[in-house]
Amino acid sequence: MSFINYASREINCKIVYYGPGLCGKTTNLQYVYQKTAPDAKGKMISLATETERTLFFDFLPLSLGEIRGFKTRFHLYTVPGQVFYDASRKLILKGVDGVVFVADSQEERIDANIESLENLRINLKEQGYDLDKLPYIIQYNKRDLPGAMPIEELRLELNTTNVPEFEACATTGEGVFETLKAVAKLILVDLKKGK
Amino acid sequence: MSNPTLVMYEEEFQEVNDVIERLLKEANAKVIFLVDKNGQLISGVGETERFDTTSLASLTAGNIAATGGLAKLIGEKEFSILFHEGEKDNLHISIVGGRVILVVLFDNRSSLGLVRLRVKKTSEELSVIFEKLMKKSEEREKRGSSDFPFAEITDDDIDNLFS
Repeated sequence: MSFINYASREINCKIVYYGPGLCGKTTNLQYVYQKTAPDAKGKMISLATETERTLFFDFLPLSLGEIRGFKTRFHLYTVPGQVFYDASRKLILKGVDGVVFVADSQEERIDANIESLENLRINLKEQGYDLDKLPYIIQYNKRDLPGAMPIEELRLELNTTNVPEFEACATTGEGVFETLKAVAKLILVDLKKGK
Repeated sequence: MSNPTLVMYEEEFQEVNDVIERLLKEANAKVIFLVDKNGQLISGVGETERFDTTSLASLTAGNIAATGGLAKLIGEKEFSILFHEGEKDNLHISIVGGRVILVVLFDNRSSLGLVRLRVKKTSEELSVIFEKLMKKSEEREKRGSSDFPFAEITDDDIDNLFS
């Protein structure tokens, strides 16, 4: 969970981007990295295979600014999406404060989306979390592709709990910051409640 | 929740820093970091400005998590010490009090034996401080006083972060 440091007056939170393989989690982070002012971001780390598939995680530290004299920092992580990296995914969920589920809008990926979402619930439960009690956002990515399913159908399959959702095209950046802002806000509101 | 929010107060922060400063000298180390198991940097002493401390903290936690996973696979609870040997610099990573990670970076002015010896003693002292910290948080929670420093912030404050 979040780390509050009174000595350095900082609040640190962890956001995890989850979703099936090739849905665009890393692309989300890359876009945020490209578009953030140098003084507000740290180095982006990608532990990836030679073919640029995420092997362990991507990591991007962001500092958003101050609230009442406290610096707010968000650590963005992605998980490896490919099914067989499940052991690594579990590890990355440790200490999570908020989750973005990145869904691949293409019709042929709907089963992969559903499987990944179920996997997210199971893995969170193993760590003692309940997805329905965590700050959680769904992003429908790849809206620009011709094979993209209508939002209503995606919603029916993936957003049964009616959480905030965003349409996106991570390669052009559309919807990327909206998603990030929404989840960061949910986390801060959650912290405010003193959960 | 399996992992409650870690809160660090001025008093304990100073104590922690005193302890790791002493370790830095006694172990002849270059840099020492304390990292939360979730990857948040708690403190660092020594030549910290030469390193990307945020990345270091995140990767250390990932490293500990991955080796912890390996440990469980072979029936161990965890591997409490990791050692990485480089051409010039070495990393000694150990778990303190089950929750915090102590990272000691040293070169040939020190030795693995010395670092291990000093880390052992320091770990005990750090465990006591973190134990105290946990109790303090729990007591505050029981009394109902929130640890969150901006319980009274408004939605506008939050919105302003993104403007």
